[in-house]
Amino acid sequence: MAERLLDIEDLRVEYHTDDGVVTAVENLNLYLEKGQTLGLVGETGAGKTTTALSVMRLVPDPPGRIISGSIRFHGEDLLTKRVDEIKKIRGNKISMIFQDPMTSLNPVLTVGFQIEEAVMLHQGLDHRAAKKRAGEMLELVGIPAGREGDYPHEFSGGMRQRVGIAMALSCNPELLIADEPTTALDVTIQAQVLELMKKLREQFSTSMLLITHDLGVVAEVCDHVAIMYAGTIVEYADVETLFTNPRHPYTRGLFGSIPSLDEDVPRLQPIKGLMPDPTDLPTGCKFHPRCPMAKDICAKRAPVGVEVAAGHRVNCMMYEGLVPGYEE
Amino acid sequence: MHRYILRRLLLLIPVMLGVSFVVFTIMFFTPGDPAAMMLGERAPAEEVAALRTQMGLDDPFPVQFGRFVFNAARGDLGRSLVSRRPVFQELYSRFPATLQLAASAVLIAVLMGIPIGILSATRQYSAFDAMSMGIALVGVSMPNFWQGMMMILIFSVTFGLFPSSGYGTIWHLIMPAVTIGTSSAAIITRMTRSSMLEVVRQDYIRTARAKGLSEKVVINRHGLKNALIPIVTVIGLQFGWLLGGAVLTETVFAWPGVGRLMVDAIRQRDFPVVQGGVLLLALTFSVVNLAVDILYAYIDPRIKAQYK
Repeated sequence: MAERLLDIEDLRVEYHTDDGVVTAVENLNLYLEKGQTLGLVGETGAGKTTTALSVMRLVPDPPGRIISGSIRFHGEDLLTKRVDEIKKIRGNKISMIFQDPMTSLNPVLTVGFQIEEAVMLHQGLDHRAAKKRAGEMLELVGIPAGREGDYPHEFSGGMRQRVGIAMALSCNPELLIADEPTTALDVTIQAQVLELMKKLREQFSTSMLLITHDLGVVAEVCDHVAIMYAGTIVEYADVETLFTNPRHPYTRGLFGSIPSLDEDVPRLQPIKGLMPDPTDLPTGCKFHPRCPMAKDICAKRAPVGVEVAAGHRVNCMMYEGLVPGYEE
Repeated sequence: MHRYILRRLLLLIPVMLGVSFVVFTIMFFTPGDPAAMMLGERAPAEEVAALRTQMGLDDPFPVQFGRFVFNAARGDLGRSLVSRRPVFQELYSRFPATLQLAASAVLIAVLMGIPIGILSATRQYSAFDAMSMGIALVGVSMPNFWQGMMMILIFSVTFGLFPSSGYGTIWHLIMPAVTIGTSSAAIITRMTRSSMLEVVRQDYIRTARAKGLSEKVVINRHGLKNALIPIVTVIGLQFGWLLGGAVLTETVFAWPGVGRLMVDAIRQRDFPVVQGGVLLLALTFSVVNLAVDILYAYIDPRIKAQYK
């Protein structure tokens, strides 16, 4: 087995708001092997971004707080590191691409400078060398030379996201966290940006944690997939297994709600109900109120992850033998 | 950009015409006869009437207004009814004192207000934040004339540190500048704090932190420049307003500025001086506003792109 570059264990993150304590991430276990791309899939509010920000130690505090667990990067726990040690890792060994390119670049600084400052900080380059590096990075993502002196408002959304990618890769990170990098873009631009990320990931041999709610993107880019629901991982497998043999009722529900081109289905099969209110999560299995297979026990006891096959973990009591499973 | 500035300068002409019209009209209908005032209470009616005719005060309103505008455009604002000196000279000799006071007050305000505002914002709800916001509230609420008198009482009368009034040396400048500066500083502090609080929530601040930049760089390089627009706006307003003369403070400290000149002129019904003073006030205010608008372009490239 390859080295685990990133290994998250029993992570719990809470937001303390006026309306009460929101547990955004609970009992989350996840790992990413070196050189691989892991897709983290879930609905809005499932805790995907919070998980990513926890790795960067950027969960806004207040109101957010990492309560317990560990996030090991190269075997070292990031959560016990001092802030100055974390700053040497951020933007250098682990970097991040954000969701909305329209707001994640600083409007009053040139795009060239926004790349330069990270390079100067982490690679110890002088201003001139950093400038050269910024120009090279921009060219690499397909932004013509000579535009490094331009400001973000002079670029389109797709180009801004390219700038974000150039910025994130400028220090040649080992781990790239991409938080829904294509969600805010037009469909045609989405494909371009994904293609670019795939190409650069190979070129820089960067491992990647790709956050998305788009299963199509996962199939395109990822090696492994983790399905997240209400703050926890419900199923983890390699892409092939997950797409051909999904085990968790939630994962099956997700696939059921994608329109198929081959079959003539009069209506899509949505997952009934809504995401639970994060201030008032259900007891036991978080998914049980919406689960077609749920039995009484599901409301009383949280499931324990079961490895149904090598590298395929499912958090559902059907696989603990406590609830009758699918008839197959 | 140059065309924008030129256009804005041309726009000053209708603005000044409008201001002239309003001021002139108010003065025209104010009770009191300038001719009678110049000659004194006991002057015979015939002499007063002769002077009225000589001064053109019997002409119809449009004629008088036209003459006023025509002369003002050439820098002739008439003569003071009291000192008999040209109004332009009166204002010109007083303006340096006002400029000196306004500039030092704003300098004090900026040097205090911006750093305290930033610290307050980055330590929101801390003891420092609560204390500085409390002091700022006192600073905004305290009337300048009262603060000026208290300062005279404490620093001049009790301790004898600074002269209580007058003009000339830096020692004379300190107390009036501090008096005005503290209230301006309070306003700038509050604006800096709220603007910074808004900015530090933005996505690009998170991006900056994700690069591993230190908090100092994140705040000063990525935060402050974005927060600066509203801050520069209030600084400009404060400065423009002070250039018209800090009337009460100048009076308390016997500071020979435009503000005190205006107060005296109003009390003595010295119409030409009041008219000229208001025109000067409007002009300086407009010019400061223009300067602020130009400054915006240097702070935010998106605004610069709009100045075509």
